[in-house]
Amino acid sequence: MPDRAPIIQVCQLRKSYDVGEERIHALKSVEVKIHEGEFVSIMGPSGSGKSTFMNMIGFLDSPSSGEVYFKGRRIIGFSKNQLATLRNTKIGFVFQQFFLLPRTSALDNVMLPLFYSNVDKTMWIKRAQDCLAQVGLLDRQDHHPSQLSGGQQQRVAIARALVNNPSVIMADEPTGAIDTETGLSLMQLLQELNANGTTLILVTHETDIAAFAGRRLTFRDGNLIHDGYSEPSNASVELQKYRATPQLSIH
Amino acid sequence: MRIIELIKIALTALRINLMRSVLTMLGVIIGVAAVIVMVALGAGAQREIDRQLDSLGGNIFIVMNNYRRQGTVAKARGTIQKLSVKEQQFIETDVPGVDRAGASLRSQGQIIFGNINWRTEIDGIDNGAFIARNLNILEGREFTDREQRSAAKVVILGATVREELFGAGEALGQIVRINDFNAKVVGTLKVKGQSMWGSDHDDRALVPLETVRKRITGVSKHSPKSVSYIAVKILDGYDMVLAEADISSALRISMKIPPGESDTFRVRNMSEIYAANAESEKIFNSLLAAVAAVSLIVGGIGIMNIMLVSVSERTSEIGLRMAVGAKPSDILTQFLVEATTLCCIGGFLGIVGAVCATFLIESYANTAAVIEYHVIAISFLFSAVIGIFFGYYPALKASKLQPIEALRHE
Repeated sequence: MPDRAPIIQVCQLRKSYDVGEERIHALKSVEVKIHEGEFVSIMGPSGSGKSTFMNMIGFLDSPSSGEVYFKGRRIIGFSKNQLATLRNTKIGFVFQQFFLLPRTSALDNVMLPLFYSNVDKTMWIKRAQDCLAQVGLLDRQDHHPSQLSGGQQQRVAIARALVNNPSVIMADEPTGAIDTETGLSLMQLLQELNANGTTLILVTHETDIAAFAGRRLTFRDGNLIHDGYSEPSNASVELQKYRATPQLSIH
Repeated sequence: MRIIELIKIALTALRINLMRSVLTMLGVIIGVAAVIVMVALGAGAQREIDRQLDSLGGNIFIVMNNYRRQGTVAKARGTIQKLSVKEQQFIETDVPGVDRAGASLRSQGQIIFGNINWRTEIDGIDNGAFIARNLNILEGREFTDREQRSAAKVVILGATVREELFGAGEALGQIVRINDFNAKVVGTLKVKGQSMWGSDHDDRALVPLETVRKRITGVSKHSPKSVSYIAVKILDGYDMVLAEADISSALRISMKIPPGESDTFRVRNMSEIYAANAESEKIFNSLLAAVAAVSLIVGGIGIMNIMLVSVSERTSEIGLRMAVGAKPSDILTQFLVEATTLCCIGGFLGIVGAVCATFLIESYANTAAVIEYHVIAISFLFSAVIGIFFGYYPALKASKLQPIEALRHE
């Protein structure tokens, strides 16, 4: 796998902020290559720089220094418009807080990235419906976010991330705001997507969630301290196990 | 980006905060409505002025006595020359450009018919005054020369007097009592309407000039031929400035005013008097329209305020839109369209309100108001411009956000 050309490569990536008088070094010279089709989890305690790292490689934020390459193209120096186009066509985001537009149907929420794309308008509804079907929510396409459960909302957000056929899906703590069972079924969905060829980058601080990824990057204090491959846990197996285990209930 | 989609997004956003949107719009609604109504009232007043000027005729001079004392010394009785029939004839025959000159001797009197009693102006006129003062006969006829010479007991009634005395009944040929003599109604006048000052041009009765002198005021020992004023109609297209100068110098000769002495008469152009009045009315109306425009600007500031609130409330939405590929220009356009949509809906409602208000004012306040289509078009455009102008800053602020900062915003 490492022989293939990297889809994302960063060299000596640094990011520092000024908070009042103090300068915070969120990332200190990080070097990583991520290849097409990988499922990479980014681990670390809060403040370790993992989210900052994802924002850099997702072009939501720009580094203080260093280089970012996407499919071999040097990204540093891209204009805001070029970065917007890149995010629109190549990357799908899933956030902990879902970020669905309120009082807007699931279908319209999924169509949102298409609105900023060059995709022909006649294709919008079909593509959005296909993505909703992929996450198993086609029957809820007219529901507003407030009418959906947390897990369903996150599935809508995943459908939205899929709608432009991105090369990479980046998920920042996607299971952070939902219960364990829903989280496991979500990981099952992400593993299926990865099995179908989508590159996945998953930011989490939970070890058992990170275990579903084949490659684990661990950050601490702005440094990449561990980068290793291991056999990923199977989310559907874990889900079955979880369902079979009697849950403690508090009365 | 498709504009229809943007308007749909804008409408959805406005619907989510319906109460707030309506309240914000209210500023624009009131502003637009106020501007249109004020301009309509101004246009109505202007139309009224134009109508008055038309009815008076722009080419009429009124020559009046000027009773101002000369210096501090009151002249001996009878030494101040008064306008008389002689001056009327002199102006009519000797001043170039004059169409007709008509003298009037005014008085007050009672007119009685049966048991109806009406107090009105008894206006003694010569036959030149019909043309010089635009007095038009509706029924019957003007006075004959013979009636003029003989101070005949004949009367022509103004529309108001006719209405008061006879209502719908026949007036011609009836005998009415004027003070202490009986007069035969030989004619009635067409309606002339109200003057600018609210006096009724139709509340008068015309009799031959000598009839007033001999049967109402009595003949003055010092000025047996005096008249109250002389109306002078100038030929169409003739230079009014030249005509005024000629009338003045002719009068000085006729009244034997020595050089250096000031005039004992005044020559006034009726249209000038009206124009001066119209001017002050116009200034007043422009002031009202300016106040209305200020309220529209205040409405615009309300829009800006609410758009700023909206941008800060929806920062994470902006961040999300940027994350999924919205360019800064997309965000700018979205919020601009939202502000403009808000203003245009407000503008439209304001126009509807203004049309209703104008209709109500016309029917209940008895004031002319004229809505011109270009005013509607301009105020609608203006409200759109307000939307763009006051929406630009908040929209720009939204578009300048960094995607990650916007997303992290709570």
